[in-house]
Amino acid sequence: MKPFRILSKNIKDAFKSIFRNFSLSFASIICTTITLIMVSIAIIVSINVKDFTKAIENNLSIIVFLDRDSSIDDATNIQKKLKKDSRIDSIIFESKEDVKNQMQKESEVFNSIMSEWTEETNPLQNEFSIKVKNAENLKAVSESIKKLEHIDSVKYGEEIVDKLIVTFNIVEKATIIIVIALILVTAFLISNTIKITIYSRKNEIDIMRLVGTSNIVIKLPFLFEGFILGIIGSIVPIIITIYGYILTYDKLNGHLFSNIIKLENPSNIIFKVSIVIVVIGAVVGMLSSYRSARKYLKI
Amino acid sequence: MELIEVKNCYKIYKNGVTALADINLSIKKGDFVFIIGSTASGKSSLIKMLYREEKPTKGNVYVGGINVAKLRNRKVYKLRRKIGIVFQDFKLLPKLNVYENVAFPLESMGIKKKDIKPRVLEALERVGLKEKVHSFPNQLSGGECQRVCIARAIINKPKVLICDEPTGNLDPKTSKEIMKLIDYINKEMHTTVIMATHDRDIVNRMKKRVLLIDHGILKGDFAKGSYKENEAI
Ligand SMILES: Nc1ncnc2c1ncn2[C@@H]1O[C@H](COP(=O)(O)OP(=O)(O)OP(=O)(O)O)[C@@H](O)[C@H]1O
Ligand SMILES: [Mg+2]
Repeated sequence: MKPFRILSKNIKDAFKSIFRNFSLSFASIICTTITLIMVSIAIIVSINVKDFTKAIENNLSIIVFLDRDSSIDDATNIQKKLKKDSRIDSIIFESKEDVKNQMQKESEVFNSIMSEWTEETNPLQNEFSIKVKNAENLKAVSESIKKLEHIDSVKYGEEIVDKLIVTFNIVEKATIIIVIALILVTAFLISNTIKITIYSRKNEIDIMRLVGTSNIVIKLPFLFEGFILGIIGSIVPIIITIYGYILTYDKLNGHLFSNIIKLENPSNIIFKVSIVIVVIGAVVGMLSSYRSARKYLKI
Repeated sequence: MELIEVKNCYKIYKNGVTALADINLSIKKGDFVFIIGSTASGKSSLIKMLYREEKPTKGNVYVGGINVAKLRNRKVYKLRRKIGIVFQDFKLLPKLNVYENVAFPLESMGIKKKDIKPRVLEALERVGLKEKVHSFPNQLSGGECQRVCIARAIINKPKVLICDEPTGNLDPKTSKEIMKLIDYINKEMHTTVIMATHDRDIVNRMKKRVLLIDHGILKGDFAKGSYKENEAI
């Protein structure tokens, strides 16, 4: 038989048997579809949050609260000292009056309460908002600022970043586990579909084996069926990947969390992700049917 | 070593049935051997051992020098290409016509179409079915189906033809014709024939070597023509 004839015959046979065991084939396809949608989401999210924590760290400011009894002169002194530190990028001073005014603008409730406060009774603190050039120096810079006079406290949101990283790690691990579990269920369903096909063609297979048909010729139609199940299962996930991502991207204007994360341009990734999806579908399909073929054909 | 040698062979099925116990025999190239015995005596089990449908529980089975008892599942097809097998129920593919059924082993070996055709026609000629090439199995009589099965079995010019009750489903007259055909293949093509049967008439008439199996034990090995029915158990 010519390769092309073998190919076209196998594809035809595969489709025939997919329709013959429609309910099981359908279950396999649905399961493949769900799995691949999950895989697609996981890939796209992980591509986009790869630089996430970095982006946040780089946006972090060190907030320095001065003592309540410190004067504006003290603040100017401190600012002078800080300017000498080469690790510091920018320093913004906000007096407690500034902070008060800002808060008053933000809310009516604050406004009515705070309007009573005078220079003396204002319980807020003068503060500096400092940006460092390199996120790695956050800790060191904060430590050295703490040693200066008239400093009440120094905060740089370390815990927030750590919490975020921990959360992301948990989400990532959970996603991996869910994807693996889904792949296993998919593999199981495809295996079973192929098993049914093998049983329904047992007579023919027995005869093939008796007259000396080589193992690969016997196995091929089943591998094809698994392959095609996988490919069919990847159609919907690919459509969702392409349109879903383009739509999300447009809706969010290419950014997530107010400009902190820039989303990857759709044209850069949807094609690659689609290829990964279809390859995973085809490989899982083929491996599952290979497993069934090995187990039930005894070859 | 002879073409076929069975040494200290046991077959105990998973359900605990001992189908064969300590079988020893050898068959020369070109021999014609009957395997007889009452029902459930183990004839089919012995035959299945030869074409490696079953593995012996213990012992060795040599076919053409290969120990098929040790043959891996994935290599069985190589053995099957060297032997022809004929069954009581013919085992034809219902969706293929006579020509395609006979061509099937060659086609699945990847032989070119134009090389297949003369060989199929030659085999069909030998079994006397040349005019039925386009018929499908359900359009043939039992005897004709068996001829197709035999044509398919000899398409590779095998050294051994293994038959399990090839006349079991046929009337006496048709059986006779089929036996003539098998005898002809043995004589003209020098194919070694091993045939399990419980048809006493055939065995008595043909005067070949006879192996008698009883409850899984080889009870007698009668040289050509020396088997007499009254010796049977
Ligand atoms: N696959 C199997 N599993 C379990 N037991 C089996 C199997 N095949 C055969 N047997 C048992 O082995 C014994 C021998 O069976 P076998 O088919 O070899 O007999 P036989 O001589 O061919 O009989 P018959 O003349 O009826 O065809 C029987 O008791 C049978 O029940
Ligand atoms: Mg039998």
